[in-house]
Amino acid sequence: MSTDTQKNGSQVPALELRALCKSFGGLQATREVTLRIMPGDRQAIIGPNGAGKTTLFNLITGIYPVTSGQVLLFGQDVTSWPSHRRTALGMARTFQVTSLFPKLTVLDNVLLAIKGLRPSKFVMWRFLSSYKEVYDKAHHLLEQANFLDRKDTEVRNLSHGEQRQLEIVLGLASDPKILLLDEPAAGLSSGESTEMSEFLMKLDPKLAILLIEHDMDVVFDVADEISVLHFGQILETGTPESIKKSPRVQEIYLGTD
Amino acid sequence: MANQQFKILIVAATLATLVLIVPHSGSFVVLLATRAMAFAILAMSVDLLLGFTGLSSMGQAAYFGVGAYLTAVLATKFHFGLGWDFWIVVILGILLGAALAALFGLFAIRAGGVYFLMITLALGQCVWGLAYRWNSLTGGDNGINMSGRPNFGLDLGNEVTFFYLVFAFFAVSMALMYVLVRSPFGQSLAGIRERELRMQILGYNTWLHKYIAFIIAGGFGGLAGVLWAQTNGHVSPETVVLTTSVDSLLMVVLGGSGTLVGAAIGTAIVFGLREYLSTLVPWWQYVLGGVYVLTILYLPMGLMGLLSGVRQRFGSQGKGEGLKKLATKPS
Repeated sequence: MSTDTQKNGSQVPALELRALCKSFGGLQATREVTLRIMPGDRQAIIGPNGAGKTTLFNLITGIYPVTSGQVLLFGQDVTSWPSHRRTALGMARTFQVTSLFPKLTVLDNVLLAIKGLRPSKFVMWRFLSSYKEVYDKAHHLLEQANFLDRKDTEVRNLSHGEQRQLEIVLGLASDPKILLLDEPAAGLSSGESTEMSEFLMKLDPKLAILLIEHDMDVVFDVADEISVLHFGQILETGTPESIKKSPRVQEIYLGTD
Repeated sequence: MANQQFKILIVAATLATLVLIVPHSGSFVVLLATRAMAFAILAMSVDLLLGFTGLSSMGQAAYFGVGAYLTAVLATKFHFGLGWDFWIVVILGILLGAALAALFGLFAIRAGGVYFLMITLALGQCVWGLAYRWNSLTGGDNGINMSGRPNFGLDLGNEVTFFYLVFAFFAVSMALMYVLVRSPFGQSLAGIRERELRMQILGYNTWLHKYIAFIIAGGFGGLAGVLWAQTNGHVSPETVVLTTSVDSLLMVVLGGSGTLVGAAIGTAIVFGLREYLSTLVPWWQYVLGGVYVLTILYLPMGLMGLLSGVRQRFGSQGKGEGLKKLATKPS
């Protein structure tokens, strides 16, 4: 399962899934998923609707408890850890359905995201606005994403495309080492999703990315390796070229019989 | 930022006006203002939970009640808290309110939404039951009559002096809570209110943040209870009854949740209406009910929402900018 970008055997994978299973009652949403992502890897998970892609993310980030199997982050078994502790190890994620803080300003959204891993998040006797260093960092992040002029806008007043971008800015705010992107281009126009993949390709090459996406242009731009998920199972893993040509993948997507 | 300073100035000016005018307005107004301010601390503590954390607590009277009963029991059974040791009672009241919230929070914080409301309601009723039934300590249905207010050089028996004291507690509480909601911790509460799941993914232990907020609100509730007991000189199960919790919640909604000031305004309006209307008409409760219904129907953001609506109308020039920026994307 290792990619050609990282051949160093001694390196610890950023994320490793071992025979991960999840059942909701009788429904097996995730079956024996095994996956390994090395630092700097760009992997994508594709699959038809209901294949269990988002469920897989929810297992990795600790939103759902797993039924069986293991989740390892940077070599640590985090299977039973709550989400916030996994984040502290260097994991971040974005959501398919935009989940920002709608009534807070863009700046406050980013400040919250930066504060998440700092002990000073418990400070009650000092204004948040008095933390110069956090402020500067927020400015820097917003500048990178071209959001600086809209920093005092309430998030609910942003367009959908802008909210999708801010989703990623929030994901990057904690300086993660692995970023899980759940359909970053969902609901974007083709022009917007091109910008999205350009934005993603500009990210720090040391950052590992696991991407769920329906927009194949984005997937082929960003990912070096693609896994195909179908009924909760990984059917195939390979380079974008081999996946494109794979008859089984075509069968799933096009329903040839 | 300048906007924020302007708001603080307005609040400070209003408070200064109050403290100048009320003492010269007759004993009825002084007593009314004192009662309202003591209660407003409770209402602001409810706002901390409802408006800033998104937790609708229906049992805030419990912490209010233990603060009040503590004061009354200590004063009548132990003659404690009648001199300078009044300050110790204040601290004990805050600690007891916080401690009870720490206990109740263990049960309540796990739940959200309506379940949180039901659990806090049930726990609040437990405290009411204790107050009602534990005759030897609480005097049961009759409650406890206190003989007088503390005197430590400052004679709190004097209504005006006592008004100044309660006013000081009210103003300090408001300032403390204001700093709290603007702090990193306070902002984390707003984040939890808006999107708890996202907060967890960002690295916040949201349970702990809510739990701490719940304890702090309990502490302020306890403080309000101590002052309430001293204001009325009488504590009974009426103090802890469900209506007290509901009232405090409705006052926050009326004034506008998530503003602190709104909680105080709501308290002032309800106390004012209640006192004045009840002398005018026997059906005054219908008026109050009507006010609540109208607020919820037409002013979901409360009276403070009305104010910010006016401000937005006059400051709407910046609106077009957001749309223009749509075209400029990161490249």
